[in-house]
Amino acid sequence: MDRTAHDIVIVGGGAAGLRAAIAAAETDPDLSIAVVSKVYPMRSHTVSAEGGTAAVLRDYDSLELHALDTIKGSDFLADQDAVEFFVARCPKEIIQLEHWGCPWSRDPDGRVSQRAFGGMSVKRTAFAADKVGFHILHTLFQTSMKFENIHRFDEFFVTSLVVDGGVCAGVTAIDLRGGRLVAIVGKATILATGGCGRVYEFTTNGFIKTGDGMALAYRAGVPLKDMEMVQFHPTCLPGTGILITEAARGEGGYLINKDGERYMERYLPSKMELGPRDILSRSMIEEIKAGRAFEGPYGPYLGLDLRHLGASTIDKKLPMVRELAEKYMGLDPIHEPIPVRPGQHYMMGGVSTNSTGETSLPGLYAVGETACVSINGANRLGSNSLSECLVFGEWCGLAAAQHAKQRVAYPRGTAAREALRKEETRIFDGLMGRERGKETLAGVRVEMQQLMERDVGIFRDEAGLSDACGKLAKLRDRFGSVGLADKDRVFNTEMTGVLELDFMLDVAASISNSALNRRESRGAHSRTDFPARDDVNYLKHTLAYRTDGMPRIDYSPVKITKWQPVERKY
Amino acid sequence: MAGRDVVFRVKRYRPESGGKPAYQEYRIPYRDDMVVLDGLNYIKDYIDPTLTYRWSCRMGICGSCGANVNGTPRLTCGTYIRDVHKGTVTVDPLANFPILKDLVVDFDDFLTKLASVTPYIVREESGDLSKEFLQYPEDVEAYRQQSLCINCMLCYAACPVFGGSPGFVGPAASALALRYIRDTRDEGADERLARLNTKSGVWECTFVGECSVVCPKNVDPAAAIQTLKVLATTRHMRRLLMPGAASR
Repeated sequence: MDRTAHDIVIVGGGAAGLRAAIAAAETDPDLSIAVVSKVYPMRSHTVSAEGGTAAVLRDYDSLELHALDTIKGSDFLADQDAVEFFVARCPKEIIQLEHWGCPWSRDPDGRVSQRAFGGMSVKRTAFAADKVGFHILHTLFQTSMKFENIHRFDEFFVTSLVVDGGVCAGVTAIDLRGGRLVAIVGKATILATGGCGRVYEFTTNGFIKTGDGMALAYRAGVPLKDMEMVQFHPTCLPGTGILITEAARGEGGYLINKDGERYMERYLPSKMELGPRDILSRSMIEEIKAGRAFEGPYGPYLGLDLRHLGASTIDKKLPMVRELAEKYMGLDPIHEPIPVRPGQHYMMGGVSTNSTGETSLPGLYAVGETACVSINGANRLGSNSLSECLVFGEWCGLAAAQHAKQRVAYPRGTAAREALRKEETRIFDGLMGRERGKETLAGVRVEMQQLMERDVGIFRDEAGLSDACGKLAKLRDRFGSVGLADKDRVFNTEMTGVLELDFMLDVAASISNSALNRRESRGAHSRTDFPARDDVNYLKHTLAYRTDGMPRIDYSPVKITKWQPVERKY
Repeated sequence: MAGRDVVFRVKRYRPESGGKPAYQEYRIPYRDDMVVLDGLNYIKDYIDPTLTYRWSCRMGICGSCGANVNGTPRLTCGTYIRDVHKGTVTVDPLANFPILKDLVVDFDDFLTKLASVTPYIVREESGDLSKEFLQYPEDVEAYRQQSLCINCMLCYAACPVFGGSPGFVGPAASALALRYIRDTRDEGADERLARLNTKSGVWECTFVGECSVVCPKNVDPAAAIQTLKVLATTRHMRRLLMPGAASR
């Protein structure tokens, strides 16, 4: 098999990809759906999401309020029509997952429980203890086994999009076990590969989060939207970057400095520990700068104090927090505060799409963290991302199904054959032919990660950003002489590592150049040289287009429906 | 402890260069807070980029990074070198699975077995999407333990029955079958028990119990299998005594 054809080709087997696959499979048993993933789907990074999934399920709440919280959290960069579309569909997705067997935590009356989360005005976050992503992923994966028309390509690494006459016609991929390139042709193609946290040195993201889908679209001429909007989560374990869920604060946990003070009193007294993540992460850096942080082997950190919650709440609602603190910090949160510091966590930006996941390339869709609709604007609220994967996953799956049904013929074989030839030359003749020399995969990757961390982090300025843009361009040149020691075709993870670094260098350039060009501070994008929000010049989405040199930066308007931008005050 | 080294002895197998699996030794700098996966990553980045293994989340939830460490199946991301090394750390691919390359083994067989136990809610009526099925906290508690399986395959690597009889449905797939059987929303117990009450089903288990010892998530598949034996027997007896009676 070097060519296989399907109605829909989905790249990525996490929450967004599987939700799309099931939605499409349910509409018509005759539709053939390929789920192509570089890992077994249950390894996808959705598995690491912990705290919960937002949806309006109670009388005390309203769609209007969920929308307003989300828009205010986004610092008014979210598209308000998309947010309204989103909040209206979240409740159904919680119920749908419930019907598929998701083990949601329950109230004594038998209904799905809801907990408090940062930036949400009321308890709106449904949860399954603190392993929500794990349970959602396994529920979706196991449910997907019901459908005979979902065909999995496990451990297939996608290398490029096949484009035929301005229409996306599927992908080329390396079958890791066979070590062969194959074309997986489709009438519609959905990118659902998640984020790109591994462009940073300190991230909560798993090793596989290398921005593959973002780079694939970008290379095919589709713009990446709002890539400067990078979320840093305030509570990550020093050293490893392992995430400690916001649910720890939702359940009542405190953040303390070395004097034992709940320092959020100084920055956000109205919300304290339940403020949005951008504000919490900046406050941590301020505390560190003021010398009020603890010092540890991995630098300064703050304390996440759960002691007052008691053993029973911790064990029932936050078992994974306890498990992680014990295993990776050697301490029991029932008796000791957990050391935490901010780290890269999520991309608000991504492949520019509309609410049904359509991109500017006909036949190509994107969904989940890979995509930017945008409902998250300049700062995502915790627990909106799993809901986003579900809501837009379904709609994207339905839209792709409709597109596929309207297109009677499968794409021609010529474009796929041409793409295979090109990729064979690029990867197996070119890259694999290069001998290992001075430049190594680890060397270039670590340099990229360190410079992103230093210059494109929580606080940014013109000098650092333009330095980062220049250095990334130089790293791109040096990348050209990275050679390989492993010349085998079968399961060559050195080769996939180089291809992932190739993706990450593109994505990193789009992030730093988008950040350089946004000369204001909004949400997660904090410019020390432009500390104020500037609605006159920057109430707009950044669009980064790939060129042979620096990305070309353009802008598009933000959709405002009924919430006029005002100062973001809590 | 800084400044010391540790020796990793890693089983290598490279199908394209022929030859049998053989150990290769690497000496790497040691820190007290290193897990076995950190050691493998150090080797991959700075000594030998050809070393091949799977990993992703490095926090014990994705289930990718299992290997036999000093003979015992473990998640390499959750195993501290300080807890296992006696001079050297020996890393083999998970036992009982076909090796694809170095520490990468083939799990496809498990996914077929998982699919064979109908790992999803079975209901005649699909239900009204405007409201949830009520489930009380104790109802969730009834299947919570089995629902925590991360499919890491350590239990299969530890199971001597699976080692000798690869058709055996095995610990994780059985635990997940019980997870759905115990779910108040589910009506599929009958078909699952029918599948498990076969030659390759739960009766192959001789209750060695190693699966539960190595399970990193305390799923206790051994106990799940014993429960399934009881349920399968009850179902069988009921069908003998009351032909045509409902399954549960």
